[in-house]
Amino acid sequence: MFTAWWLVWATLQAILINNFGFDLKISVVDSLVTNIQLMGGCWLVNNLLKFYLPQKDKYWYILIMSAGLSGAILLNTKWILTTFLSDQAAYASFISNSLPVRFGISFLLIGCMTILCVLWYTVEEEKENQQRKADVERLTREAELFKLRQQLQPHFLFNSLNSISALVGSQPEEARKMIHQLSDFLRGNLKKEEQKWVAVSEELQYLQLYLEIEKVRFGHRLSTNIDMEPDSMAMKMPPMLLQPIVENAIKFGLYDTTESITISITGKVQDSSLEILVQNPFDPETSYPKQGTGFGLNSVKRRLYLLFGRNDLLDTSATENIFTTTVKIPQTA
Amino acid sequence: MKAIIIDDEPLARVIIKEYLQSFPKVEVVQECNDGFEGVKAIQQQQPDLIFLDIQMPKINGFEMLELIEEPPAVIFTTAFDEYAIRAFESHAIDYLLKPFSKERFDKAIGKLLDQRNASYARETTPFLLETASQSPMQQQRVVVKIAGKIRIIPVEEIHFLEAADDYVKIHTKEGSYLKNKTMSHFEQTMDPQFFVRTHRSYMLNIQQITRIDPYEKENHIAILKSGSRVPVSKAGYVKLRSVLGL
Repeated sequence: MFTAWWLVWATLQAILINNFGFDLKISVVDSLVTNIQLMGGCWLVNNLLKFYLPQKDKYWYILIMSAGLSGAILLNTKWILTTFLSDQAAYASFISNSLPVRFGISFLLIGCMTILCVLWYTVEEEKENQQRKADVERLTREAELFKLRQQLQPHFLFNSLNSISALVGSQPEEARKMIHQLSDFLRGNLKKEEQKWVAVSEELQYLQLYLEIEKVRFGHRLSTNIDMEPDSMAMKMPPMLLQPIVENAIKFGLYDTTESITISITGKVQDSSLEILVQNPFDPETSYPKQGTGFGLNSVKRRLYLLFGRNDLLDTSATENIFTTTVKIPQTA
Repeated sequence: MKAIIIDDEPLARVIIKEYLQSFPKVEVVQECNDGFEGVKAIQQQQPDLIFLDIQMPKINGFEMLELIEEPPAVIFTTAFDEYAIRAFESHAIDYLLKPFSKERFDKAIGKLLDQRNASYARETTPFLLETASQSPMQQQRVVVKIAGKIRIIPVEEIHFLEAADDYVKIHTKEGSYLKNKTMSHFEQTMDPQFFVRTHRSYMLNIQQITRIDPYEKENHIAILKSGSRVPVSKAGYVKLRSVLGL
């Protein structure tokens, strides 16, 4: 396209010179000499700007470059043409007379070319920066999501190991079973891919592992009641989202009352979103619900924000002596 | 030697009992599920030694110890608690990090069976409590005992504190409670955004103030929502003004 454009331009110039009364040969040679040089000049500008883009406050550089190049091309053209086509006096004086016009045209052409190049390369550079920024953001987001999923409570791990240690003496079979449950649970925690959503039924299986371990730890004090709408079981959700919510409920419930507690987990389909409610009892006399939104829930909230860009998916409420955590999962992915 | 195990996880109690089988001298007289039971059991049984978990229902291990006038020797058992560990390390009372081995357990018992260490441990308990109570968890509530009952007071419900000999009187809507602590202890552990020591013997919850009136020369008096009048000294007034942003 670049070459075609120059051909049109050269032809125009040849016709113009021809119209001034010079013969075809002279017109064509003049036009070619001028335009090949201009083409070279533009090519030079293009390459220069490809590797060096002037800073915003250095646009005078463009002006100087265009003027300098135009001047050089003009002198060169004059020299070539007068040397090779000097046999015609009329033509020689035409060259001298047309110098300002020639300079003007060169300057305009090269100037336009320079501005085009600057704009083009600035846009390119901007695009590249954007891409790099997006990449960095994606990587940090993934790292943060991974970290959030990994936040295993050390209390849970050490107390479970202590329970196993106690079981080894009296009930070795139970101890072995608990080791397997704990291993499966930890393996689930180590899974890397955030993108892979799991079916609600799968997430519940994982939750069950966790609940079994907690039941061994707390004995008869802890019981659970899981009630899921059949439709909700087939829906999808990010893995390991439920466990920290349930862990928070267990802690809140068990450490706030001295009686036995029941944690209820209810799942339903609400406006084609998945909605899961986790409820635990608490003592309104001594407790301050703000404590219930402890670290566990904050990390869930952050995760939901990173995944969906929304802050309204996790909600807590307290009525009488029941604390409810509600999580909504849009079925977008 | 009488011992009580206080831990909310049944299996955690099982392993202590199992390890204790090789110490016929130590007899487990009672097991408790939480701090409330613990306080009662300690009063009734007067044990020589308690095994105490820290994270427990309602009140934690430190709060429970605060309620006992003369705490017995304590071996703490805990899974993970940064503040607690810092407290132990600075005061050399023995503590067992769960899960612990038989060898480690034997070492702790051996230490306490040595009479000199046992009394040393008892003496350092108050220091330990002082360090441990500076954890952020403690600042949210105050645990007191009144007429044999345990009451947990969220700090928001405290109107003001008043020095009373070796005790601090905690004034709330329901009445006042005595706590065996000093004013400077509360000054250090309570959130300075809300509790200001306005006088040598008084500290108040700024959210309870309705107005501050001048009183005698250079002094002021704060009137609380409950109608109580709390003295504000000259220095206390300066502090109060800066917290209130006046």
